This record gives sequence, structure tokens and C-alpha cells, in this order.
Amino acid sequence: MEKKRILAVGVGGQGILLFSRILGEVALRAGVPVAMSEVHGMAQRGGVVETNIVLGPVRSPLISKGEADVLVGFEPVETLRALGRANQKTVIISSTDPVIPQIVKDGLATYPDLAEPLARLKETFDKVYLFAGEKLAKEAGTARALNVVALGALAGTGLLPFAKEDFLNAIKTLVKPRFMEANLKAFEAGFAVTAGV
Amino acid sequence: MHPLIAAKAKEKLLLLGNEAIVRGALEGGLRVGAAYPGTPSSEIGNLLFQLQRELPGLYFEFSTNEKVAMEVAAAAAASGLRSLTCMKHVGLNVAADALMTLAYIGVKAGMVIVTADDPSCHSSQNEQDNRYYAKFSGLPMLEPATPEEARQMTAYAFELSEKFELPVLLRTTTRVSHARAVVEVGDLDPYQEETKGRFEKDLRRWVPVPAVARVRHQVLLEKMREAMVLADGSNWNRRYGKGRYGIIVSGVAVNYVLDAVDELDLAEKVQVLRLGFTHPCPAGLIAEFLKECETVLVVEELEPYLEEAARAVAQERGLKTTILGKASGHLPRFFEFDPGQVKEAVARAFGLSYQPPEPPSLTWVPELPPRPPTLCPGCPHRETYQVIKEVLEELGELPETIFPTDIGCYTLGLLPPIQMADYLICMGSSVGTAAGFSVATNQRVVSFIGDSTFFHAGLSPLASAVYNRHRFTLVIMDNETTAMTGHQPVPSQELRPPELEDRPRIDIEAVVRALGVSHVVTINPYRKKEAKEAVRPLLAQKELAVIIAKAPCILYRARVSKK
Ligand SMILES: Cc1ncc(C[n+]2csc(CCOP(=O)(O)OP(=O)(O)O)c2C)c(N)n1
Ligand code: SF4
Repeated sequence: MEKKRILAVGVGGQGILLFSRILGEVALRAGVPVAMSEVHGMAQRGGVVETNIVLGPVRSPLISKGEADVLVGFEPVETLRALGRANQKTVIISSTDPVIPQIVKDGLATYPDLAEPLARLKETFDKVYLFAGEKLAKEAGTARALNVVALGALAGTGLLPFAKEDFLNAIKTLVKPRFMEANLKAFEAGFAVTAGV
Repeated sequence: MHPLIAAKAKEKLLLLGNEAIVRGALEGGLRVGAAYPGTPSSEIGNLLFQLQRELPGLYFEFSTNEKVAMEVAAAAAASGLRSLTCMKHVGLNVAADALMTLAYIGVKAGMVIVTADDPSCHSSQNEQDNRYYAKFSGLPMLEPATPEEARQMTAYAFELSEKFELPVLLRTTTRVSHARAVVEVGDLDPYQEETKGRFEKDLRRWVPVPAVARVRHQVLLEKMREAMVLADGSNWNRRYGKGRYGIIVSGVAVNYVLDAVDELDLAEKVQVLRLGFTHPCPAGLIAEFLKECETVLVVEELEPYLEEAARAVAQERGLKTTILGKASGHLPRFFEFDPGQVKEAVARAFGLSYQPPEPPSLTWVPELPPRPPTLCPGCPHRETYQVIKEVLEELGELPETIFPTDIGCYTLGLLPPIQMADYLICMGSSVGTAAGFSVATNQRVVSFIGDSTFFHAGLSPLASAVYNRHRFTLVIMDNETTAMTGHQPVPSQELRPPELEDRPRIDIEAVVRALGVSHVVTINPYRKKEAKEAVRPLLAQKELAVIIAKAPCILYRARVSKK
């Protein structure tokens, strides 16, 4: 397969690590070379979290300026912040539900109005999929399934050489049984965002 | 069974570098592990702590600091049991006193010291390059580039350690420890029963009084000479490609260089010398490589460790090869690399054209709010800060008070709106520097330290403060866990996981009183009114006083109650 560099960005607590684990497991089982780089520790305390996932014949598990093939944003401001790592052809998949930083709640910074930047995002990049990730996750049963909505959306683009079943099987092994039903629904909801387009 | 130990030889797992190190250590027959947590090394200790329940014959402990952990592992290895200790880069500073002389007396069974460095300071107060500790102490060092290599090198490190009867440093960085990749695991001999070693006395070996130390230093230097021959022929030091240009590389940057060679189509033009066994530096191998190249670029994160070695080799052998790297400005001496930066440096070094991909114009992106890490909503530290702040405000002392702080979640008290963290060096510095400020100024000094940090490095400076009659208030933030690094145990905790139920509990207030502090109160920071009343008298005077703010970390409490 061709190499694919996938950058996932969001906020601590949104489940990005599990998102990457599941994606990695899918690749492992499909025999596709995979490497990723995670952020642990300090950054997880409500800070920005990103994982870099590379598939195919590439060794560096970090994505440089302009090199992302896919950008998966769990939060709109984080998607905007990561755009320097994208290029014109990067496929952008992003939730539009904001997570307001503590610093904004404390009145020390402002959260931008998103209507205009999200419109510009769509104009600037060739392929942009936006969805209300938190809302879809809640409808599926739990806001915590945002990561699996995002995974569904990534799967639905058909950009990766994996079948839908591959994703579902990996979810079944990595997600706790208690949350299974909500997660499977969340995956379908995400999948529908991109697959239908 | 935990999947990491359930996996049979040749099975492929998707492992974090740190998980791969644990698997490698178990494949190598690890018996005794000891550590103090620290990112990016923490998962190693966490996993060993968890796995010892399933593996009779494996002992692991969280020691109170890195020096203690290293000493536990050293004694185990002197008694014939393979041992491991792991720490973050700055942890090795704490253990350095032990390290430097342990190199003289050595070990019997294999001992591995994992040092996890943190270029770019993702979760650290500095980005020191611990490869110099290998050079400084004279110990062999291995540097994995990938999780797979981390597994293999850890298992091999035990053999290497036994060959020279020296501990071996395994040096990772954040991007190796926290990389996740496919690892094909090796054989794991069953852990069946508790194993004890036996310590054979030898005064001329294990007790480095000057007469012994002088001899052992020479023994160490002789071993280094032998180890260099081994490094020259080691399978961890490999060459690829051909051409008159060369690249010398180690660590995670190996991946960036190999990708750059592919993507710039250089396999016919550039040779790569990939080093994994980097101390003693394989001088013979480097000399041969330099001889065959006109120009060599050295690619390594942080300090010019290999670059200086290459220059020394060139000087010794009269080689005229041009050596590029940090001194030439091709790569910086700070922060971790990113693959694009390495690609550009390679292209520039060898006069090739390379156009990095550019993002489209992004001038329309509005100003984005930063997202600094913050204390969790409901965190007890926030309440403690509030209590102290209000009392100092009421006393009219707030603006002039100096707040030395320490390392843990509570360091985030430096940010607004709390802003009660003014000075920090390293773990334990809150107490020693409070003493210094109290001597050097007339300002009020109120310093903050966490419970884990107190046991790590706070006891001895507090004894010093009592004895030297220093005048400050120390607030011990007892959240019953080592929160910052993933909720490892603390000797004082009441709220504990079931596997630690039988441990004795060391009460912080009793310890503080036993050290001779007479003004001591314990507060519950959530009961603000009572807490303020309790601390007011202590903050209204200047004698040495200790306030213990006791309330569990809310994440930890949730985790323990779930079990
Ligand atoms: C020498 C050294 N070892 C380890 C670390 C990593 N580290 C940072 S904070 C911390 C302990 C935090 O525990 P505690 O003091 O109880 O504060 P909490 O995070 O629970 O608030 C550790 C181990 C370090 N910075 N320096
Ligand atoms: S992890 Fe615990 S101690 Fe750290 S900020 Fe959160 S609640 Fe506070």
C-alpha cells in the first residue's frame, strides 16, 4: 500500500489514545505496517493531545509540516491549530463541538467564533468533513464515544485499506463490554458522516 | 493473564516502547525491579508493578526515589539476580552518586538501568542528554530506535551486563518510549517460583574504600577497552547503502534518516552508519566509515555526543572527512527532531534540492486560545491554594510572600488565577530553597510540596531546616498518590489498592513531628472555614511550620473505588 500519515488532535480526556490503539490494532491484524507516537504525562491534564499514526512503508512515527495525509480533529480549535501540518490535499475530518479551555472559562483568553473559520476551512482544503462529534456520541449513548465516532468517520472515507468489519472487530476486542453497544452505534454514526458523501 | 505475558514467541503485538522494554526484560529473565516513576519512563514501572502479581519469582517495588531504586537493583544484581531500574533523565541525577561508584564495583548478574530522556521537555524541567552519563560513569550504553529494538536490546543488555560485570544503560527518548509499533515477541521462560540469590562477600570488590576504588577504576577502564572492541563488531551497529556521502545516526532519528534516504532517493549516494551500541563509542567502525566518505552528517538529538566522538576519531587517525552536524549549524542542539527537519538537513548537507510540502495560506485562522495543562476540576490542590491565599490576603501578606514550589500536579499553581509558584529547581527544592529565601530575605516564605515528592527528597532538607532554625511554612499537599506520573503509591496513603493493603503506613504528620517541627496542623482543604482557622496562627508567625493538606486526588479516588 501507499504510505498514509494520519494526525489525530484533540484535548486530554477525549480518548485519542484509544482511537489510535484501535486503528493500530486494525492495521496489525490486516498485516499493514504501522507505527505511532503518543503523548503521555503532563500534556494529558486538559492540554492539547495528539497522536501521529503512520501506515505503510514509512518508519518515522512523527508527521512534519505539510505532511499529513489525513487530519482527524476531535475539537475544532485543535483542528485549526494543527493546519500547519496539512497541505492542500490533506483530507480533514473534524468534530465541530467545542471544548472550552479552562483559561477561557477563567476569562483570560477568548474562544473564537467558529462559523467563519470553518467556512474558510472548507474553501481552503480539497476535502473537509465536519460533524457534531459530541452530539453524535451522546445520541449513540455516551459522550465518551466521541473517539469512536471519529474512527467511524475515518473508516467511512474509504481512504484506508481496511474493511468496515476490520474496524468493528478491533472495537470489539479493545472497548469494554459495558460500553460496546454505544460504541458500535457511535462508529456507525461516524461512518455515515463520510461514507455517504 | 496480561496480554504482554500471554503472548507466545513470534506473536506480533502492537506495543509501546516501554511495554516492549518490559517484555524484553522478562524474556531476559528479570527477577528484581525497582523504580521511582517519571515520564517518559513511568509505564515500565507501572507494568512491572502489575505483572508481579501474575509472575511468582518477579519482585518489583516503587522505591521512594531513584537512588534508592538503583541501590535495590544493584544489590539484587550483586546477589546474582537479574535486575532493572528505570527512571526519567533527571532521575539519573538523583541516582548519580550511586551510579558513579556502582560502575567501579559492578555486578554479578545482569543489571539494566533504563534512562528515558525527554528532548523538547514534553513533561520535564530540562532536556539533558543522558548519553553523557554513560561516558561519565564508564558504562556500556544501548540506544534503541524502535519498540522492536527496545525489546531486543533490553534482553541483550542482561548478557552484555554479565559479560563485563557492569550495569548497562538503556537510553530511550520520549519518541521511543511512547512510540507504538508492531513487535514480534521472543521466548518467555515461565516464572514459576520465588527465586533468591546469594551474595558472596569480597571486600576487595564490594567495598570501595580508597585502596579498592583505585584498583576498581583501572578494572573499569580495562573493561571499557574490551567493550569498545565489542561495540565495533556489534550487530546493533549497522551500515546501509553506498556512496561518498555518509550519515551517522542513533536513537529515534534512525527512522527519520532512513525515510529521508528513501524519499530523497539516496540509497546509491549516501551510506548510513546506524549506531545502537553507543558507549563505548565504536571508534574503529566510525574510522572506517569516515575513511570511505568525503562528507559525513551526524544526526542525533540534543548534544553532539557522536559528533564529538567522530571528530576525535578523525583527529586521531588524521582523516580529512568533512563532518557536519551541530557545529556546522545543520541541526540544532535543542529539542527533539522532526522528520521533515532531518530531511532538509540531509538535503542541505549533500547539496540536493528538496522542497518540503507547504501548507496553504492560513492567514484566515483566528487567534486560538492556548490550552495549557490545568488542575482537574475539583482537584484538592486548588482548594489548598485557595485556603492559603485567602489567609495570607487577610493577613496583608500575600504580595510580599515568596512561594517556592516543587514538582507534581500542584506545580500548575503557577498559572493564573492561582499564581502561587515562584521558584523551582528540581524535586525537593521547595524545602531547601525555602530555607535559603528565609535566610537571604525578610520576606515571608510559604512553600509547597507533594506527598510523593516529600518522601522522595523532602525529608532531609526539612531536618536541615529544623536544625538550622529556618523560618518558613511548608505546605505538604497530601493527595494520597503520585498523581502527575499516573497515580503510583506513596508510603503515607490510606486509600490504597487491594494489593497494598498489608503495607505499613507512614504517617506524614508523625514524621514531621519526629523531625522536630512543633507547629504542625493537618487540614481538609475542602472544609474551607475550618481549614482557614487552623492555618491562620501558623501563617501569622514566622517560625518553621508545616501544614498538611490532606484530601485524595479525585482521579485516584475514582480509580481505587472502581477496583
Ligand atoms: C528526579 C525526578 N524524578 C521524577 C520526576 C517525575 N515527577 C514529576 S512530579 C512527580 C511526583 C508527583 O507526586 P506528588 O509530589 O505527590 O504530587 P502530585 O502530582 O500527586 O500532586 C514525579 C515523580 C521528576 N520530575 N524528577
Ligand atoms: S490528577 Fe489529581 S492531583 Fe492531579 S490535577 Fe487531577 S485531581 Fe489534581
